Amino acid sequence: MRLNSISILNYKNIAQADLEFPAKINCFVGNNGMGKTNLLDAIYYLSFCKSHSNSVDSQNIKHDADFLMLQGKYSLRENEEEIYCGIKRRQKKQFKRNKKEYPRLADHIGLLPLVLISPKDDGLIAEGSDERRKFMDGVISQYNSQYLNALMQYNHALKQRNALLKNEMMTDATLFEIWEEQMVMYGNYIYGERKQFVERFIPLFQQNYSFISEDKELVGLEYKSQLHDASLAEKLVKNRERDRIIGFSMNGIHKDDLEMTLGEHPMKRVGSQGQNKTYLISLKLAQFSFLKQTHGVKPILLLDDIFDKLDEKRVTKIVELVAGDEFGQIFISDKSSKHWEEILPRINQSSRIFKVVDGEIV
Amino acid sequence: MSQLYSSTLLENAVNEFAKLPGIGRKTALRLVLHLLKQSEEDVELFGNTFIRLRKEIIYCKVCHNISDTEVCHICSNPGRDAQTICVVENIKDVMAIENTQQYKGLYHVLGGIISPMDGVGPNDLEIESLVKRVQDEEIKEVILALSTTMEGDTTNFYIFRKLSPTGIKITTIARGIAIGDELEYADEVTLGRSIVNRVDFTNSFK
Repeated sequence: MRLNSISILNYKNIAQADLEFPAKINCFVGNNGMGKTNLLDAIYYLSFCKSHSNSVDSQNIKHDADFLMLQGKYSLRENEEEIYCGIKRRQKKQFKRNKKEYPRLADHIGLLPLVLISPKDDGLIAEGSDERRKFMDGVISQYNSQYLNALMQYNHALKQRNALLKNEMMTDATLFEIWEEQMVMYGNYIYGERKQFVERFIPLFQQNYSFISEDKELVGLEYKSQLHDASLAEKLVKNRERDRIIGFSMNGIHKDDLEMTLGEHPMKRVGSQGQNKTYLISLKLAQFSFLKQTHGVKPILLLDDIFDKLDEKRVTKIVELVAGDEFGQIFISDKSSKHWEEILPRINQSSRIFKVVDGEIV
Repeated sequence: MSQLYSSTLLENAVNEFAKLPGIGRKTALRLVLHLLKQSEEDVELFGNTFIRLRKEIIYCKVCHNISDTEVCHICSNPGRDAQTICVVENIKDVMAIENTQQYKGLYHVLGGIISPMDGVGPNDLEIESLVKRVQDEEIKEVILALSTTMEGDTTNFYIFRKLSPTGIKITTIARGIAIGDELEYADEVTLGRSIVNRVDFTNSFK
């Protein structure tokens, strides 16, 4: 898949831009606050119908303007696709594919697969297990439409059971059984899907990490779940009284986690910034390979300011990796063009460096 | 936005209307001003109607439907099949099913569905009385006609558990593709279920 050209009007600090993109590497370079990330965000918007950094649409329109417009021309499989997005203040946003408006935005999401690696990914390591479950759920629901539904049903049953735990009037065991039965049914399905996903995911991830770090470190990724060694149904029944005291269900797939390790220790504690970054990039690139398998096309890859914590060696390795045939079109933002002017001619692929100055691209 | 009213009487009236579902303060004000324009008798009639409704309303002691008499006209109708009970969530559902003119049995109005999140448990509903009805009367079949949400399913399940010792036949309304719908627009879960629970063609146009 390839984005051939984009035209932007009034998107964040970019007043106007018409750009044509070569098939492989596109670098946006410029100083802080010039609009590099906004450019990547515009591309992200055309895939996901929303901004990565700001979900309030009116704030994505340039301050002094009344509307914004994004238009991208893509080559997808054998076809040309023209995607148009228009947002006016106080009006519903419009998304058009080949001049025909989508009745629902959800119909568009998924058409143009895209992976973004950005500084925000840090939360995957640093924050609670919630972030990591979201990551799994996000990838799985992109190829399994039933998964999201099961997850919603599970969360609903969980909420009802939690409400039941807090209600001293309702102690009827039958009631618990019924909600638990539904939690077990959906929970087991979700567990199975997550397990299968992680099993397929780990080798892709390991491969990336060892390539980038040149086998210097041993990293691990493991799916942690209470369901590994016990049945959820039994646990729920057994812990009903304890859960009642705490007022919360302590068992279930809402406690799942992805354990990330470096050597023998948790990444969160021992990983250096560069190692964390390498870990996250390997994770996201594995997600890329996954999406590629499920969509049958190479997604677009956006690398937003990912190189500043990494040593020269790793940067070269990553560029070498993504410049290979496994990957398709790539958009990169970086502070300086110094090493790109060096690297790009070496890898001998169609590429271009764009300089971004005050929302203008030259 | 708080509005300033020229009279506390007016403000109180607006507040009362605004408590109703679907009525905001602007609509409430419009309704109150409209009432003010009516004759005194009309407004009295209006108010008294609701006072009487609240004071004199009777719930049928058999099925808990709203009624003017102790036993409602459905339960007391000898022409109806007294061996079948259709369990519904509320009175609106009775009206909906009655409008189909396809059902000749009796009803049982639960008064809600089980949802701990909303503080509704089985004891807040007419489930005990249903069990008693099934035990005491000569009932052959109980039809569960609740909404197809998780709460509806849970309530179905709960009633099923409570009734299964009696050995009675328990059925639930069919779930599937709505009449006049095109298959490609049906949601996957419904479509999947309709395939699994397909019906014999000779039964399909009955």
